[in-house]
Amino acid sequence: MTTPKAPFDVQKIRKDFPVLNQTVNKQPLVYLDTTATSQKPYSVIESVSNYYINDNANVHRGIHSLAARSTKKYENSRQKIADFIGAGSSRNIIFTRGTTEAINLVATSFGSTFTAEDEIIVSLMEHHSNFVPWQLLSERTGCKLKFIQITENGELDMNQFDLLLTEKTKLVAVVHISNVLGTVNPIEEIVAKSHNVGAKVLIDGAQSVPHVKVDVQKIDCDFFAFSAHKMMGPTGIGALYAKEELLKAMPPYHGGGEMIHTVTKEGTTWADIPYKFEAGTPNIAGVIGWGVAIDYINQIGIDKIHDYSDMLTRYAIEKLSTIDGLTIYGNAKNRGAAVSFNLKDVHPHDVSHFLDQKGIAVRAGHHCAQPLMTELKVDATNRASFYIYNTFEEVDKLVEALKEVKAFFTF
Amino acid sequence: MNEEFQDLYREIILDHNKSPRNCRTMENPDRVVQGKNPLCGDNYKVYVKLDGDTVSDVSFEGSGCAISKASASVMTEFLKGKSIDEVEKFFNLFHEMVTGKLDVDDCFDEVGKLAAFAGVAEFPVRVKCATLAWHAVHTAVTSEEAEASTES
Repeated sequence: MTTPKAPFDVQKIRKDFPVLNQTVNKQPLVYLDTTATSQKPYSVIESVSNYYINDNANVHRGIHSLAARSTKKYENSRQKIADFIGAGSSRNIIFTRGTTEAINLVATSFGSTFTAEDEIIVSLMEHHSNFVPWQLLSERTGCKLKFIQITENGELDMNQFDLLLTEKTKLVAVVHISNVLGTVNPIEEIVAKSHNVGAKVLIDGAQSVPHVKVDVQKIDCDFFAFSAHKMMGPTGIGALYAKEELLKAMPPYHGGGEMIHTVTKEGTTWADIPYKFEAGTPNIAGVIGWGVAIDYINQIGIDKIHDYSDMLTRYAIEKLSTIDGLTIYGNAKNRGAAVSFNLKDVHPHDVSHFLDQKGIAVRAGHHCAQPLMTELKVDATNRASFYIYNTFEEVDKLVEALKEVKAFFTF
Repeated sequence: MNEEFQDLYREIILDHNKSPRNCRTMENPDRVVQGKNPLCGDNYKVYVKLDGDTVSDVSFEGSGCAISKASASVMTEFLKGKSIDEVEKFFNLFHEMVTGKLDVDDCFDEVGKLAAFAGVAEFPVRVKCATLAWHAVHTAVTSEEAEASTES
């Protein structure tokens, strides 16, 4: 199979990522675990250290020059993030520690009015971050959880979804792109159908924003949660997008500084959105670094990023499929850049440990998706995932190493 | 492939992974303990039959990686006929060996086949795999708990 032509200079891009320039176990590092977290370019790393070197001051709290400078950079980033996902206004972007906290915010705040009469629909391919918060809410309020089944191909069973939707459905929470199966879910269809019965929709976009053009207004979802670290930004920072009328109606999530308007002995009034949901000093350096990561993506172009990750993924699937005894989980027509697989009779931990000896980093485990593992009838899988800094040669190395794994363990 | 890795997966481990010994349900056990590694999903049930304070039979069933399975298998062979005090002694010795606190050369005569797991010390992420079944058997002979984890 000939390798397709990359839409940009991959070798030049690789030079932007200092972490890639190292050996692991005396072999050049092959990083195939972007789905867990992406690597960071120099520009992002430098923006974080430059903030501490030059601008460090608390935001929204001071008159002095440093406070003004850091506030400006912080709010510029919020605008970039809003523009990047088509949010309309930066008022709709609430900073959180990541996708997980964004979803917990919705469960705690939006979910606070749920009762035993209400129902939430989630799918069986959710990451625990879009599963456990709803179980907790169900325990607190008595609301009922219902599950969208998965087809043989690893797609959502949309016929069964239709049967789950009723006028009792208050919220539908689904992942945009599965971190295990790679499946891209038909979220616009899910939103339209859910809105028909009056239900709100939360989309977990942790794996989609780094890879595909997202337009939350076009999707028309009510909530959209995502993280910086999967898209070359720093760890510990993410955001929740939500429609304005919902944010205005929802009670605060955490109490503290920044989220208030007036505090008296008798009570407190809330700041405007988005600040109402941002108690305490935020992760300022993280937000600034995230904005620079978005600049980096925009310089390359999200469509080119998608096309190249897709080329690598299709190349990998074709090559992996030639290995006897290798099973790939998920065969959706529309898919992202994560490929989960198992080798017959070799546990994923042993596979991953062997690959590490070759300098190849893949994920092994349940991928924080145990209900999905149960559906797939496996304890764990290996997962290789691809991004702009990976090469076709690295995919070849993975495939060759997997053949050696087989020989080693089945001696 | 580097030497440490080859050493870790030496013949004993590969062999016990492929054909685990005492991998069976036990009829009428005195103790059954479930051992789970929540992070990686290794999951075994360890059965113990006691005759006074002697382990007259020990078996296991479940699933996990080669290191965890081979360790459970070698352990069951090793512990049969040992007293509860000896189980505890070897639980501690094994733990010290795979965490690198004890040089295998200093206990080789005592630990016998268990020495196959000395290489785990080079790979701290695999310590929990190697010790899972041991935690289960330790729980079985020292408590009434039905579950063991390597987190404790």
